[in-house]
Amino acid sequence: MASSGGSALVIGSLFSWLLDPAHWSGPDGILTRLLEHLWYSVLAMVIALAIALPLGLWIGHTGRMRWLVTATNAARAVPTLGLLFAFALWLGPALRGNLAFLLPSTVVLVLLAVPPLLAGTYAGVEAVDPAARDAARGVGMTGWQVLRQVELPCALPLVMSGVRTASLQVVATATIAALIGLGGLGRLLVDGIAFGDYPQAAAGALLVAVLAVLLEGLLALLQRRLVSPGLARTRRPVGGSRNDDDAAAVEANARLPVGQGGIPGGSS
Amino acid sequence: MDWLADNWRTVLDLSLSHLYLAGVPLVVGLVLSLPLGWAAKRWRGSYPAVVTTTGLLYTIPSLALFVIMPLVLGTKILDPVNVVVAMTIYTVALLARTVADGLLSVPDHVEQAATAMGYRGLRRLFGVELPLAVPVIAAGLRVAAVSNVSIVSIASVVGVSQLGNLLVDGYRRIIWGELLTGIVATMVLALLLDLVIQTLARTLTPWRRAAGARS
Amino acid sequence: MKRRTVLSTVAVVAALGLSACGGGGSDPLASDAPSGGSSGASSGSIVVGGADFSESTLLAEVYAGALRAKGIDATTKTNIGAREIYLRALEDNSVQVFPEYTGALAVFYDKSYSGTDATEVYDKAKSVIPKTLTVLDKSAAEDVDSLAVTKKTAESKNLKTIEDLKAVSGDMTLAAQPEFKQRPQGVVGLEKVYGVTFGTFRPLTGQAVLQALVNGQADVANVFSTDPGIAANDLVVLEDTKKVFGSQNIVPLVRADKADQVKDALNAVSAKLTTDAVTQMLKQTDIDKKDPKAVAEEFLKANGLG
Repeated sequence: MASSGGSALVIGSLFSWLLDPAHWSGPDGILTRLLEHLWYSVLAMVIALAIALPLGLWIGHTGRMRWLVTATNAARAVPTLGLLFAFALWLGPALRGNLAFLLPSTVVLVLLAVPPLLAGTYAGVEAVDPAARDAARGVGMTGWQVLRQVELPCALPLVMSGVRTASLQVVATATIAALIGLGGLGRLLVDGIAFGDYPQAAAGALLVAVLAVLLEGLLALLQRRLVSPGLARTRRPVGGSRNDDDAAAVEANARLPVGQGGIPGGSS
Repeated sequence: MDWLADNWRTVLDLSLSHLYLAGVPLVVGLVLSLPLGWAAKRWRGSYPAVVTTTGLLYTIPSLALFVIMPLVLGTKILDPVNVVVAMTIYTVALLARTVADGLLSVPDHVEQAATAMGYRGLRRLFGVELPLAVPVIAAGLRVAAVSNVSIVSIASVVGVSQLGNLLVDGYRRIIWGELLTGIVATMVLALLLDLVIQTLARTLTPWRRAAGARS
Repeated sequence: MKRRTVLSTVAVVAALGLSACGGGGSDPLASDAPSGGSSGASSGSIVVGGADFSESTLLAEVYAGALRAKGIDATTKTNIGAREIYLRALEDNSVQVFPEYTGALAVFYDKSYSGTDATEVYDKAKSVIPKTLTVLDKSAAEDVDSLAVTKKTAESKNLKTIEDLKAVSGDMTLAAQPEFKQRPQGVVGLEKVYGVTFGTFRPLTGQAVLQALVNGQADVANVFSTDPGIAANDLVVLEDTKKVFGSQNIVPLVRADKADQVKDALNAVSAKLTTDAVTQMLKQTDIDKKDPKAVAEEFLKANGLG
C-alpha cells in the first residue's frame, strides 16, 4: 500500500465518481441527498433560532439567568453520537413513519445549535455600550424599543457570528442522520463504507465540506448586508486588548470556526 | 446502574484509551498551532489564509478522515495512530486561529515596553506575548478538548476502541445502562480535561489572580 | 523570571507528549489489545476479529475461547466495522482470525456469483478469497438473510412466502442494512428473481432493523435467521422459495500463514456449531443482555471445547 499512490488513487476515483451524471439524479442521487441534507439542517436551525434568539436577548437585556448560558456551554460535552442513539431508542417506539427517525436527529441538531446561538446573542447584547443604552432610555424609549432598535442592531455582529458557527456545525453534523436511517449527504458516506465503495464515501465527505463552506460564505455576505455600516466601521479590531476571562471565553467560543464540542466536521 | 457495576473495568480501560486518543492530539495540535498562529500575526496578510485553510480542515467529516488516513499514512487500518493524526488535524484547525487571536490580543504598548526592556524575537514571544495570550489560547483549548472528546467516539466505527464502543454496542443491543454509561463517561472525561486546562491556565497566569481578576 | 521556568516546564511536557505519540501505543492502548503495530504478528499470539454486529462478536469470543483452551494465546478485537474494513485488517495482519459466512464471502469477491447450494458456495468462497487468506471447515450453523413481517401483517395481507409480497410490496417500507440494497442477495435479487420491489428503503443497522418492524415504521425487515428477536416478537419469516438468499454457513476465515496453528481448535468448534446453538447464545447476549464472552465460555464448556 504505497501511501502517495494510494491517496492519488483515492482522489482520482473520487472525481470520476462525482463526474458520473448517473450519480446525480434519481431518488438516491446526489441532488436528492443534498436537498434532504439542507432540509434537516434548515429545520434544526429554524427551531434552534426560535429558542435561542429570544432567550439570549432576554438574558442579555435583563441580565437574569446568566447561568443558563454557562449551562448550555457545558452541555456541549455531551457526545452527539450517544445523544442521537439515546433519542432514537427512546422516541422511536412512540412515533410513526419518517418522524420516528427525523425527530431524534432534529432534536440532536437543535441541541447542538443552541449553545453557540445563545452565547452569541447573549454576548452581543451584553457587550452593547452602556452609554448607547442610557442614551436610548434618555430619549424616552421603552425597554422593548431599546431592545429592538438599539441592543439588537448593536448585537448583530456577535449574533451572526453565533449563527455562522451553529449552521456550519449543523450542516457538518447532519451527516450522522444517516446512521439512524435517514437520508442526506451522510447516506453517501455511510453507504459508501457499507458497500466498500470508497470513492462514494469520499465524495460524500467532500460534498458535506463544500456545502459547509458555501454556506459560510453566504452567511458572511448576509452579515455584511445586515450589520449597520456605522457599527462595522467602529467595531474593535480582531482580538482587541480586552482580556476579561468571561468575555474572552465567550468571544472565543462565538468566533471559533465550527467546533463547539458537538461532532463538528466530525459527525460521521 | 447494574451494568456499570458489572463492567467498570471495561469502562476504565476504554476511558484511558479515549483520554489518550483525545489528549495526545490536543498537546501535539497546540505545539503545531504555535508557529502557525505566530506566522499569522507576524505577517498580517497571511491571517485570512491561515484561518480559512485551517477552518476548512474542520469541515471534513471525521468518519471519512479516519477511513482515509491509512491510505494517506500507509499505516495499518486498525492502527490508533490513524485516529491520533486525524484528531491532531482537527485540533490544529481549531487552535491556529485561537493562537493568532491570542497573540493579537496582546496590547501594542505592552509589546513596545517589552522591546524597550530588551526582549526581542523568540524571547519576547515566549517571555511576554505567549504568557499574555494564555487566557485566549486556553479558551480555545477548552473548546478543542471538549470537541476532541466528542469526535473520538466515532472511531468505534473504524475499529479503534474507546468509549464510543459503549454507545454503539448499547444502541445495537439496546442496553440503556451501557449507552448512558458511555454518554456520562464521555462527558465526565470532557469536563475533566476542561478542568485541567483551566487550572493550568490559572497557574500560568499568576498576575491575573494578583490583580483580583474574576475567573 | 519565575514565569520562564513555568514555560520551559510546559515545553518539556509538550515534548513528552510528542514522543509518547511517536512511540505508538503507549500504556492505555497497550492494555486495549494488540490493535496495530507489530504485536499482532509476534510469534504465537492470535487476534480474533469481530465485525460490528452481535453474532460476530459472539463468534469471535467462541473462537478465541477455543484457541485459549488449546494453549494458544488468543485475544479478541471486536467492533471492527464493515466487511471492507475487516478484510483489510486481516490482510494487513492486524487480526488473524475472523468469523465469516460462506455466501457473503463468495459474493464479496465475485459480485456476480449467485450459487445457492451449501457445499458449492463453500467451495466458491474458498477459491475466490485472496491467497493470503483461507477458510477452515464450515459449520452446520447457518445465518441467512430473511424477510420478516409481523404476525398482523402476515395475516391481513395473507403472506407466507416472499412471492406473496409481489402484489403488495409497492406501498411497503423495507428496513434493512444499508448494504442490503446493493447485494444480489438483497434488493437486487429480490427484484430480479421474485419481481418484488418496495416503495421505501429504510437503511438501519443492528437491532434498529427489527425495532423498526416491531414499532411499525417498516412493514418488512431483513432479519438474520438466527436473530432471537424473531421468536421474541412473534414475527413471521417469509419462505425464500426461490433461494435468493443462498447459503450462509458460519466459517472461520484465517490468514493462510496461521492456518496450521489454529486449524484443530477451530475445526472442532465448527463441528459443534449449529444454527440452534447460535440462536440460543444470541438470545442470551441480545435479549438477556449477558456478556458475550461469558456466553461463549459456557458453550465451549458444554461441548467439551473449553
